[in-house]
Amino acid sequence: MKVLTKKYKIIIDTQHCKGCELCVINCPQKILILSDKINKLGYRYVEITNEENCTACGRCYLMCPDYLIEIYIDK
Amino acid sequence: MERTQFVKPKSLKNTHHNYCPGCGHGIIHRIIAEIIDELNIREKTIAVAPVGCAVFAYDYWDFDVTEAPHGRPPAVATGIKRVLPDRIVFTYQGDGDLAAIGTAEIIHAANRSENITVIFVNNTVYGMTQGQMAPTTLIGQKTLTTPYGRDANRDGYPLKVCELLSVLDGTKFSARGMVTNPKEIIKTKSLIKKAFFKQIENKGFSIVEVLSMCPSGLHMNPIETKEWVEKELTKFFPLGVFKDV
Repeated sequence: MKVLTKKYKIIIDTQHCKGCELCVINCPQKILILSDKINKLGYRYVEITNEENCTACGRCYLMCPDYLIEIYIDK
Repeated sequence: MERTQFVKPKSLKNTHHNYCPGCGHGIIHRIIAEIIDELNIREKTIAVAPVGCAVFAYDYWDFDVTEAPHGRPPAVATGIKRVLPDRIVFTYQGDGDLAAIGTAEIIHAANRSENITVIFVNNTVYGMTQGQMAPTTLIGQKTLTTPYGRDANRDGYPLKVCELLSVLDGTKFSARGMVTNPKEIIKTKSLIKKAFFKQIENKGFSIVEVLSMCPSGLHMNPIETKEWVEKELTKFFPLGVFKDV
C-alpha cells in the first residue's frame, strides 16, 4: 500500500497573532490550539500541534485576518 | 527547493495591521490583493480609501491608494477614472461612509454609470467610533446609540444598498457576499473578481457588498460575531447576485 509521504510546513507568525481563534474553529484536523503563553502584543497566540496531520487545505490561511499563516509543500 | 502553497500576496506590504482581533477588514484586504496579483494589474490600480477603520489602507496595500473625505470616494474615483481612463479604480468603503454620509455620491456615481468598482464593507455599526447605530443596523439590534434596540418607528429601517442600486440602469453588477467562513470567502473573492472584470471590459459601475465582522463594535467575541453574522445578518441581507448585465 502506498503511503502518502507529502509533508507540509506551516509557518505561524505567533508574535503578531491576536488570538481571535477564527483559524482554530475552522481547522478540520483540529491541530491548531490557543496557547497559554502570551506574545509581545499581549494576546494568547495560536500554536500548531501534530503538524504531521496537516492536509494543507488552507482554511487557516483563508480565515486569518492578519495573514500570519503561510503553508509550504516540502518536496 | 520548497514549492509554495499558501503565501501572502505580493500586493500587501510587509507590515502588520492595527485592526482588532477577528476584524473582517484584513480578510477583505487580502482577497483584493490576491485578485490584483492574479489579474496582474498592480501597476495600474488606484484605490480610494474611506474614512473609518480602513482609513489606513494605504499602509497595508502595496499599490497606489488615495484618501477621500467622509463618503466621497465615488466622487474622487470618478475624477481619477475620467482623467486616467486606462487605470483600474476601485473604492473601499464602510457602511457609515457609503450608506450614511455618502448616499448622494454613491447613487449618482451609479446613475452616471461611472466605470469604477465599489467594495462596500457592511458590519452594521460605526466600528471606528466603538459601535453607534449605522443606516444598516438591524431592527432590534442594540448599539451605543440605540440601547433598547433599533426601533423602526423612531430610527427607520435598515438600508439595502445592493438592492437599491440594482434598480438603476447605470449599475452593471451588484452582488453581496460575506467573509465569515472559508467557503464564503472563496465565493466573495469570485464576486469581487467579476466586478473588476466588469471595469476592465468597460461595462460600467459595479458594486460588491461584503458582510463583515466587527467584534469591537458589536461587543461580542470574534466567534460569536461570526455566528451572529451568519445567522442574523444574512436573514435581512440575503447573499447573491442582484444584477449582472
